[in-house]
Amino acid sequence: MNPQALLDGLVAGSMIGLGAIGVTLTYSIMRFANFAHGEFISWGAYFALSAAAAFVSTFGIGAEPLGPFSFGWVLPVAGLLSVVLTALLALALDRILFRPLRRHNSAMIILVIASFGASIALRSLLEFVFTNAPRYYSDSLQISTPIFAGIRATPDQLLMLGTTAVLVVGVHLLLTYSGTGRQMRAVSENPALAEVAGIDVAKVVRMVWIFGGGLAAAAGIMSGLVVQIRPYMGFDLLLPLFAAAILGGIGSVPGAVVGGLFVGLCEAVTVQTVGAEWRQAVAFLILAAVLVLRPNGIFGKKA
Amino acid sequence: MTDLLGYGCFFLTMALTYAVMCLGLNVQWGQTGVFNVGVAGFVAIGAYTSALLTTPEAAGRLGGFELPIVVGWIGAFVVAGVLSALVGWMTIRLRSDYLAITTFGFAVAIQLAALNLQGLTGGPFGVGFIPRPFNAYAGDPLAFGLSNLAVVAVLVVLVYAVLQQLTRSPWGRVLRAIREDETAAASLGKNPTRFRLQAFALGGAIMGLGGAVQAHFIGFIAPENYVPMLTFQVWAMLIVGGSGNNRGAILGAVLVWGIWALSAAFIDVVSPAGQQARAAALQIVVIGVLLCIILLLKPRGLIGELSTVSRHIGEAGASPDGLAAQSGPTETGTS
Repeated sequence: MNPQALLDGLVAGSMIGLGAIGVTLTYSIMRFANFAHGEFISWGAYFALSAAAAFVSTFGIGAEPLGPFSFGWVLPVAGLLSVVLTALLALALDRILFRPLRRHNSAMIILVIASFGASIALRSLLEFVFTNAPRYYSDSLQISTPIFAGIRATPDQLLMLGTTAVLVVGVHLLLTYSGTGRQMRAVSENPALAEVAGIDVAKVVRMVWIFGGGLAAAAGIMSGLVVQIRPYMGFDLLLPLFAAAILGGIGSVPGAVVGGLFVGLCEAVTVQTVGAEWRQAVAFLILAAVLVLRPNGIFGKKA
Repeated sequence: MTDLLGYGCFFLTMALTYAVMCLGLNVQWGQTGVFNVGVAGFVAIGAYTSALLTTPEAAGRLGGFELPIVVGWIGAFVVAGVLSALVGWMTIRLRSDYLAITTFGFAVAIQLAALNLQGLTGGPFGVGFIPRPFNAYAGDPLAFGLSNLAVVAVLVVLVYAVLQQLTRSPWGRVLRAIREDETAAASLGKNPTRFRLQAFALGGAIMGLGGAVQAHFIGFIAPENYVPMLTFQVWAMLIVGGSGNNRGAILGAVLVWGIWALSAAFIDVVSPAGQQARAAALQIVVIGVLLCIILLLKPRGLIGELSTVSRHIGEAGASPDGLAAQSGPTETGTS
């Protein structure tokens, strides 16, 4: 096996990990599997694409490649804007769809069906606006350079791994030590008791969408940077996201990231040994194995 | 006039093939509360099984065996049922949302298999020359259309009658009891896992049958027919018609397929050349939004379940954000 699979797997796995944080938080706080989460990834990528393109075409600056990277300084700025916009999109979706359903006290599974409908609508809207043609943030090509033991990486890939590490550590520290993080854990343990104790449950729910949407946007932008931007990019990641979140144990942020890296590495090894056409089956096999053998995941608590 | 009648036949036949799948889903979700997001996978299994059994021999893949169409349909029912039982056996003990994710993954895996196992499925090119019932009448479009419609209609009535009987039977009552309150049903000596598994296998078998019938009606199948979009359509049909009600499942199938076909025709006429793909995407947006609106405003569908309180509405104890009412592991399967 080629050691290159290690890097490819880490790159793919960090995108999955970032997305899976949102899935695992939504799941532990609102207790439903959000099938629309993949769309936040796609929308994040397209938000950044549109913002960057609009800025460059208006002012004519910002597109020149920055140092060794393939993109100009406009992309990080557009990326930050996209994180905000995607978080707002997640909040809006909760406001018009999920919150009314929760208030009706709908069965949790109705929320899952609704998220399935929202996912299809959001994805097709992207397809309508941007068509199916793949897009890129930059048309400049990058040469990968050897970094370690015959493994090659592009500067973009290394930047992406670094950014992911910073984001994950930041979110983990925030959720472990901040008041918001403690409130989230309280609501995830027992919403009724948390509310009696004076925790603003609605605010916790908003925070979950902001974190989930923002991190999904980050995953989408990075995925767009090192692969490509397509309306289906998020939907195709959905199964790996679920596999990672469940493997890591629902509610565990480090678990989601470790799960994501594991799924990414397994996919890369499969592509090398079995063939790229079976890549999508990997997440399913991991998912099935975890659910049968250890449904609470690696870092999960006993249900 | 004949054209219109011919189109009417075509439309209704298609709608009724969806009705079969929808009835299958109703056994799983409507009656038992088992959540299957992999409808497309079970439909595909049925379609491919029947195609393999009935097509003339083809180079480069297994079969076909040129068996009678009825054998193909029975085969589809059995194989889809057995595979559903297998998937169910692995996952039915899980929480219902884990089951949803697993079935979703199963459908993805089946589509991948259809795409990549060339020796079995013909790969991306699919399977052609699937025999159609009453092919002898193919020269006369009206007679052909009517006879096909008759076959599918009889089949739907048959499946409906059997399911109605089952719904009213003790077996059907146990299913609803498990759906409404698993602990109570278990305390009366009913094994929830076994009943759920039976319902899951029966529903999957009926979906497979629906897939087989549709394949024989179209005459050609390919992996891209069995994408998650199909699952979504069948779900929309059941939710619109009214889950838990077999007549609702059939009505929903005809209605949603009608909206689908009409809006497709409309978009075809009004959208400029070269923009059809984009316009088709907009059509899907509309259907997705429609499903969400119905879930919000009319969660029981057009004809809801009869004489039982739907589990979808009216559970007591709403908190400001609706979260508190779901405290603790109240979901099925965790106990």
